[in-house]
Amino acid sequence: MRTDITKINENTPWTEMPEGSHIYAAGTSAMFNTGEWRTNTPVFLEDKCKQCLLCAPVCPEISIPVKDGKRLAFDYDHCKGCGICAKVCPFDAIVMKEGIEP
Amino acid sequence: MSAKEIKERMSGNEAVAYAIRQVEPDVMPAFPITPSTEIPQMVSNYIANGQMDTDFIPVESEHSAMSAAIGAEAAGARTMTATSSAGLALMWEELLLAASNRLPIALTLVNRTLSGPININCDHTDGMGARDTGWIQIYAESNQEVYDNFIQAYPIAEDPRVHLPIMICQDGFITSHAVMNINLLEDEEVKKFAGTYNPEEFMLNPDNPVSVGPYAASCFVMEHRKAQEAAMENSKEVILEVAKKFGEMSGRQYGLFEEYKTEDAEFIMVIMGSAAGTAKEAVDQLRAEGHKVGVLKIRVFRPFPEKEIAEALKNCRAAAIMDRCESYNGNSGPLGSEITAGLYRSKVFIEAVNYIYGLGGRDFTVDTVREIFAELKQVADGEIEAPQHKYIGLRQ
Repeated sequence: MRTDITKINENTPWTEMPEGSHIYAAGTSAMFNTGEWRTNTPVFLEDKCKQCLLCAPVCPEISIPVKDGKRLAFDYDHCKGCGICAKVCPFDAIVMKEGIEP
Repeated sequence: MSAKEIKERMSGNEAVAYAIRQVEPDVMPAFPITPSTEIPQMVSNYIANGQMDTDFIPVESEHSAMSAAIGAEAAGARTMTATSSAGLALMWEELLLAASNRLPIALTLVNRTLSGPININCDHTDGMGARDTGWIQIYAESNQEVYDNFIQAYPIAEDPRVHLPIMICQDGFITSHAVMNINLLEDEEVKKFAGTYNPEEFMLNPDNPVSVGPYAASCFVMEHRKAQEAAMENSKEVILEVAKKFGEMSGRQYGLFEEYKTEDAEFIMVIMGSAAGTAKEAVDQLRAEGHKVGVLKIRVFRPFPEKEIAEALKNCRAAAIMDRCESYNGNSGPLGSEITAGLYRSKVFIEAVNYIYGLGGRDFTVDTVREIFAELKQVADGEIEAPQHKYIGLRQ
């Protein structure tokens, strides 16, 4: 039976759980705000950015949206603050700041 | 009975390979290990000769074999593998994944002991080691039974009430390599019986995306385990339904266990696998001499038919519970523990004596069975204490 994943929560009885803990939907990780896990936060300094786009593909959480060939602001709902983007930026356009707030 | 019988003679490995050709699963990843090596070898021959259309994946280990089986089954392919002994041990982590992901994979296990000391012969250490992994386990006495059991494997495992992986077990060398007479079924009958695999959910289905094997937080794990456990309970009725349907086709009847001359028996030997044949021969001899003895041969070990076994034993004076495996709990083998617990829960208070036999391929003879029945009588008559956890055929 195809279970609606949005209706599974801590009150769901065992008889209504999806078989084998399968998830019958795509892109459900967007529903999970991993940004809450962050202890360090990347800050985007737009004036230093050359739009080389090295940062976007290395982000493990797809938290650097790209539109029309340009990166946009960080998706802080999902960014875990790993710092890979700051490490890879050749122009110091991303700096890591302590704490969960940008 | 509707099917035409084809009389042949085959080893257990040949018989199960023949059944695999007839069922023709989609994918078979496998790695060779004695005494099951012949099964992937024979299947590979069938494929090379154009007699079947299964994708055989030669993998680099049994860990990879079960991993590939999980991937293929999750993708939507009917999948199987074969192994023995250390091969099954190397699959251990993946066995649990196959079951918890509710993937109806079939595994044909040729039972062999595990090291150490290293030995290639039969006992049930490998299968018993996997007894808590969530797989259905069905054991065979003979080549005929392992052939018949494999044909019933997918209809059981793929039933929507079950969706669990299934292990079809036979005794290494004793069954796997010894040639016996066998009645085969026609290819078309088997194909019709096994049907085709049409999973409701599978990963290679872009219209209905599904993720398999996600992380579950503490608030979800117990609910998943209970659902998996309930599926194992459900499998009991499905096993019986499939056996009934198989009986109608083949004329050969199967249940959760076989009761051989137990109806009025004062003494019953509970045994699993090829040694049941030896026990039956001894029972025939003892019956001819006027002794009321019988054999209860366990066919389905998982799910464990605890209540049914207790019910079947309740009228005898004493039962010998035979384990071809040590459990190192200081008290008994796996069958000894589970059956005595079941007797207690069903409030059946007969003498139940646990014996360990046949480890590492040690011979188990008709004379030994006769001695055990004689000992059971002495226990029931109060002449001796029950010799619990006694090793049979041990040099003293």
